[in-house]
Amino acid sequence: MVTVLARAGLWLAVLFLAVIGVALAADGGFAIQMGIVAVAALLAVWFTISGADYAAIARGVLKMPDQGKYDDDPIRWGMIATVFWGVVGFGAGVFIASQLAWPWLNIEPYLNFSRLRPLHTSAVIFAFGGNALIATSFYVVQRTCRARLAFPGLARFVFWGYQLFIVLAASGYVLGISQGKEYAEPEWYVDWWLTIVWVCYLAVFVGTIIKRSEPHIYVANWFYLSFIITVAMLHVVNNLDWPVSFVGSKSYPVFAGVQGALVQWWYGHNAVGFFLTAGFLGMMYYFVPKQAERPVYSYRLSIIHFWSLIFLYIWAGPHHLHYTALPDWAQTLGMVFSVMLWMPSWGGMINGLMTLNGAWDKIRTDPIVRMMVMALAFYGMSTFEGPMMSIKTVNSLSHYTNWTIGHVHSGALGWNGMITFGAIYYLVPRLWGRERLYSVRMVNWHFWCATIGIVFYAASMWVAGITQGLMWREYGADGYLVNSFADAVAAIHPMYVLRTFGGALYLLGGAFMVVNVWKTIAGSLREEAPLHNAAYDPAADKPIVAAASAH
Amino acid sequence: MADTPQSPAAAGRRFDEATQTETVGHEWDGIEELNTPLPRWWLWTFYACIVFAIGYTIAYPAWPGIHSATKGVLGWNSREELKTETDVAAAARAKAVAGLADLPIEQLPQHPELMRAAVAGGAAAFKVNCVQCHGAGAAGSKGYPNLNDDDWLWGGDLKTIETTLIHGIRQPGDDETRQSMMPNFGTDGLLDAGQISDVASYVLSLSGKEKPSGATQRGAKVFAENCAVCHGPQAKGTREMGAPNLSDAIWLDGGTKADLVAQITHPHHGVMPAWGTRLDPVTIKMLAAYVHSLGGGEEFKAADAAPAPEAEASAASVE
Repeated sequence: MVTVLARAGLWLAVLFLAVIGVALAADGGFAIQMGIVAVAALLAVWFTISGADYAAIARGVLKMPDQGKYDDDPIRWGMIATVFWGVVGFGAGVFIASQLAWPWLNIEPYLNFSRLRPLHTSAVIFAFGGNALIATSFYVVQRTCRARLAFPGLARFVFWGYQLFIVLAASGYVLGISQGKEYAEPEWYVDWWLTIVWVCYLAVFVGTIIKRSEPHIYVANWFYLSFIITVAMLHVVNNLDWPVSFVGSKSYPVFAGVQGALVQWWYGHNAVGFFLTAGFLGMMYYFVPKQAERPVYSYRLSIIHFWSLIFLYIWAGPHHLHYTALPDWAQTLGMVFSVMLWMPSWGGMINGLMTLNGAWDKIRTDPIVRMMVMALAFYGMSTFEGPMMSIKTVNSLSHYTNWTIGHVHSGALGWNGMITFGAIYYLVPRLWGRERLYSVRMVNWHFWCATIGIVFYAASMWVAGITQGLMWREYGADGYLVNSFADAVAAIHPMYVLRTFGGALYLLGGAFMVVNVWKTIAGSLREEAPLHNAAYDPAADKPIVAAASAH
Repeated sequence: MADTPQSPAAAGRRFDEATQTETVGHEWDGIEELNTPLPRWWLWTFYACIVFAIGYTIAYPAWPGIHSATKGVLGWNSREELKTETDVAAAARAKAVAGLADLPIEQLPQHPELMRAAVAGGAAAFKVNCVQCHGAGAAGSKGYPNLNDDDWLWGGDLKTIETTLIHGIRQPGDDETRQSMMPNFGTDGLLDAGQISDVASYVLSLSGKEKPSGATQRGAKVFAENCAVCHGPQAKGTREMGAPNLSDAIWLDGGTKADLVAQITHPHHGVMPAWGTRLDPVTIKMLAAYVHSLGGGEEFKAADAAPAPEAEASAASVE
């Protein structure tokens, strides 16, 4: 009873704070955002009070969860949230890609490119990727520690608190609330909320590791843990802001000028390094061996590449600031750390791909394995491309062009997307106790739509980026720049259209996933021929009769 | 590796059947790990990257100290590199810039080499300063003049274009700026709605966009009384006042009946910055030469082109 009262009281306090925020709001956007918080707190109060088992409390017994099962409810919610936010994020991406190709699609002010672009990036990275990471990390840490989640109440708070973070961030962008830092756009109060949620996430994860029944901590958990800890550090430091008003949405950063830029890209680069690389490698280290039913290729490689990856990644951020006001020495160090990062990154690819040793035939017969292999291939490609683009000579051509966009998307669509789809297809039938997926063939359709979509996307952005880079730097014999900025924009218009087509294909693949996951949860099975059958010729299925006896 | 896969139990070791590789011996939820050594090519490439990184930090500015960082044995820095590159471009421009600096723009057509350089430089400056309003192809848009045609508001010879560029259009604070104000015929009650409609019809009839009618006849009378003073009796425009030619089919603020009615009722007055305060004289000459070269450039009137043979001589000596 005390717990129920304490929790309800906490939510009531949040509700009161939010209502005060609405009443005193310095700007309209803040009032709307606090209104969203108030509704969320009200729902939390309601579920805390109505969900409690009062009869059990009265009898003096707490309702104990079944200790013989893993705690999978937040993971099931997380799967649905991942699929939902994924499709929202892909859809927003296709829309803003269309806005670049056809500018009349900018609907002022709420749906213009500059407000929807962070909506797209946050939806795919933090909503789709973040939910996938939280859900799979809760799944993996329980299985590989053979222990139930520590702090089950906190785990539920992490899930719902994270969804509130997403809704506040996304609605803020559309309302024009942004601190203007790439991948760190949410304003101060959303940052504070995410900090609380993230610390709780850390507590659940570490708590579960501490109560494990296995003697050793599995490699996937090292990666997940490094992701959770480093993201907490990055998030806090990059969001050291001072609010203009505690009842207003605007804040100003503590770091200014080139220091602010360096902190931002230290954050931005390691958001890629620890959110999109380390976290998803954790996912890879569990689901690839499980789906391939093979042991991990090399334990030694996993140790060496883990420690070298996390040690080197954190220093590579300055390569985002080549040829800027950042001192030359910092640019040099950013570049060389990126070059050294090449092999540690590839260690993960080798360990993933070579895990298929002895089961290579599954690439042909199992579309989920095929998806994971494609993810690792794109991971390898973009972690080669990244160090290459960090070399100053290459960067002077590629920076500020669409090559960067292509690079990011071959990583995001190819690596993060594909490995997440693989994990979703592995998890959904198991989490809902289904015999198999609704349709394995549909996974294959998803695979091909996504793969062809990425090829269109990456290839068009390479061409567009190199075109831009060459046009911008072109000097005529008279000593004058040859092209205006608008000339370069006009030149890459066809590439923008092709990119939109590639993105739309990827979204179509996502639509197949929605149907497949939905039907699997509903418990239906699609009647379909299996993907692979060994050849059988009934005509040849008889003994050879000796020629002599025939005469 | 004396143990064969067939006798692993002797040493408590397990071997993976498919690859004949020893496992580490742990197992998590059914996942085992092989004890495969690091791939040699991976390890050596990693070492090579580290060696490259160390060498690069010796060659280039890298290691920070308390007050400054190491400079690198090559002595390279990004500011020097930028300066070298911009110096090369400046050197390529130097001859033309020097030649143009002392040459009155009226003399420019007599120096084809300088004219070519001026047009090239003007094209570059146009892309930075002018495309925002006049468009990348200088074709303008509604409210912003097309510079490719021969329909000039203020005049289309080199000297006149230069003057327009230096002083701008309707720029407060510049005494010589191009200045004119068409009255608000509608909003100030100078004409009623019917008269405005009639005169718009008349103006459209001049370029054949409307057939002669009662309205155009009434409009002609309104035009003669109110508009001809600036736009001229034949509506051919008056460049001294920047009054556009209304008898051609080229429209600055739109050529539909509604556009004309709006313009007469409450005219839109375009502005252009006085570039003389923002750009150097050579760049302005180059811009004038570029705009002049776009297709509608006009010859000087004899009176303008005749004077100053000594100016020509001085320009030639610079070359």
